[in-house]
Amino acid sequence: MSSSKSLIKKVTGFRLFLPLACLFLVLIINVIKTPTFFNITIQNGVLYGYIIDVINRGSELVIFAVGMTLVVAASGGTDISVGAVSALAGAVCCFVLSGGEQSTDFYHAPYILGVVAAILIGAICGAWNGFLVAKLKIQPMVATLILFTAGRGIAQLLTDGQMIYLRVDHFKMLGASIPGVPLPTPVFVAIIVVILTYFLLKKTALGLYIETVGCNSKAARLVGLNSTAIKFLTYTFCGFCSGIAGLIITSRVYSIDANNAGLNLELDAILAVALGGNSLGGGKFSLLGSVIGAYTIQALTTTLYAMSISADQIPVYKAIVVVIIVTLQSPEFTKMRTALAAKIASGKTAKEAA
Amino acid sequence: MKRKVLSVLLSAAMAATLMTGCGQATSEPAPAATEEAAPAEEAAPAEEAAPAEEAAAEGDLIVVGYAQVGAESDWRTANTESFKTEFVEANGYKLIFDDAQQKQENQIKAIRSFIQQEVDYIVLAPVVETGWDTVLQEAKEAGIPVILSDRMVDVADDSLYECWVGGNFVKEGEDAAGWLSEYLTTQGRADEAINIVTLQGTIGASAQVGRTEGFASKMADTWTMLDMQTGEFTQSKGQEVMESFLKQYPDIDVVVAENDNMAFGAIDAIKAAGKTCGPEGDVIVISFDAVKAAFESMIAGDMNVTVECNPLHGPRVSEIIQTLEGGGTVDKVMYVDEGVFPAETAADIIGERAY
Repeated sequence: MSSSKSLIKKVTGFRLFLPLACLFLVLIINVIKTPTFFNITIQNGVLYGYIIDVINRGSELVIFAVGMTLVVAASGGTDISVGAVSALAGAVCCFVLSGGEQSTDFYHAPYILGVVAAILIGAICGAWNGFLVAKLKIQPMVATLILFTAGRGIAQLLTDGQMIYLRVDHFKMLGASIPGVPLPTPVFVAIIVVILTYFLLKKTALGLYIETVGCNSKAARLVGLNSTAIKFLTYTFCGFCSGIAGLIITSRVYSIDANNAGLNLELDAILAVALGGNSLGGGKFSLLGSVIGAYTIQALTTTLYAMSISADQIPVYKAIVVVIIVTLQSPEFTKMRTALAAKIASGKTAKEAA
Repeated sequence: MKRKVLSVLLSAAMAATLMTGCGQATSEPAPAATEEAAPAEEAAPAEEAAPAEEAAAEGDLIVVGYAQVGAESDWRTANTESFKTEFVEANGYKLIFDDAQQKQENQIKAIRSFIQQEVDYIVLAPVVETGWDTVLQEAKEAGIPVILSDRMVDVADDSLYECWVGGNFVKEGEDAAGWLSEYLTTQGRADEAINIVTLQGTIGASAQVGRTEGFASKMADTWTMLDMQTGEFTQSKGQEVMESFLKQYPDIDVVVAENDNMAFGAIDAIKAAGKTCGPEGDVIVISFDAVKAAFESMIAGDMNVTVECNPLHGPRVSEIIQTLEGGGTVDKVMYVDEGVFPAETAADIIGERAY
């Protein structure tokens, strides 16, 4: 009895237990509602099915969530400009590759130049945010609000307010799939970003530094850590991730629509971090938790599509699910629950005694 | 004290509108600065002389002020271009063009300056539907007829505007269904059960409401509408919704996308699912708007048909003005002609498309 109890305690005490449980909950609802949800077939040499959609469409969100996790951990604030920065990065990439033309079917510049330009502009935007937050000590929400509003505007200026189309098969590969590879390309990009970041944090002391700065920035400085530099670094990295995500978003529709690219994704990214069991107040963090959180959100979206729920109603359902999940994870709620359980238990024993 | 502040503010506002009015480098037929605002007059005299002279030279040109939304899309740019090429001196017009950059307050300012410049007609493509009563009342009191282009206004008194010119979204929907019915007949599939899905525009937008309604009213008995979901007029949402449709319904014969961008997304989703689309394919793709990229898509053999949403309102507005000048009356709602462009005509037409 006691051994099974301790096992349950061990399992539920595991850090990633709740995020994983949420993901499974969403998936189980799917199996009941849509029995074909887990069917995977091969179409055109690419794996095809709802579950592949979740992994594929969740890729951008995973990349955003990775950057966001570090920003949250180090500064205790969020970067709300990631969606706009990804639109800007996509616009820069399309602008470079199309040579300023509105619709083109060949590259006007080498592909790699467009990719580098997009990632670079992402990182520059991130560095700007980092400068405002770390150096000028502006509240993260306010500092990133600047690019949140201006980012799409700059992108519009660059594209002259129009959509730029790049009808080149090679350009579509990043968002679709490479011939002969059975999984969509965005999945690989997301995995590479996660693995590289994971090793960067675990194999160097960087992860520890970020947690230290997030827990107590002053104390970190007193023990010799350059808090400013570390915060700056996380924002730059977040911008870098937005740039990569922007490339995928752009490639999916082989065009840039500065008004809609990455729209509202910053909120999903913050949610992914929260769902992953990370405190939005900074400090200790779990990268894998955020990744699971991101896939949970995408699984939810795909589920709602599969249930024929209209796209404009999806935010309502998302909100309901998120409220439930976040409540379950809240420490206050756990306290209330244990207090309630104790009350009931003590009531019982009192009755028994009587 | 309060009055004093108010009067100062008012006269400042007056001066400001006058300045913008003159700053447009257009030629007012007569100086408009004879209103009660004394301070404003001081700013005006320098400008007064020039327009008066020019007005004499202009003779009997009909002066039209156009308060345009902005330049947010190709469609809008083509719309502007259509007015600029139609309302030229050779046709007996003088056009005063104002780009509001998507802001209603800019449009209201523009209309007030048109009134001050005593134009003969005001054309307005409203940014939003509401909030026009006051300024249109001012235009009416000045005796200037207002013609609405593209979008409607929501005013209590519909005598505030002369008429509305634009596309008939319901008819576009009906045309699409009509084309499908004809196409199926020529393909020998008229009696076959046809499964249709619709990618709707942003729910509530007039294009979405009209096109959905129009198509639904012309549905044949053998057709089944399997599902309708919004793709919010964007390519990525259209693609995502279509992906989901394809998994839910293995046997889709027709996709109706309520704009071209969603159709592009749907085509990608169909191809990714290992199916084909277009005239030679499994799935018939019907789209709306007829932007240039849609013709490219039809030439590539991906799209079957696109129903036009005609931005060339200039000639129609010109016709209306001529009728009004001749003392005639016009209907409140005036539609522009809109075509249906099937894939086989795409290659011939693409060259002459303005947008």
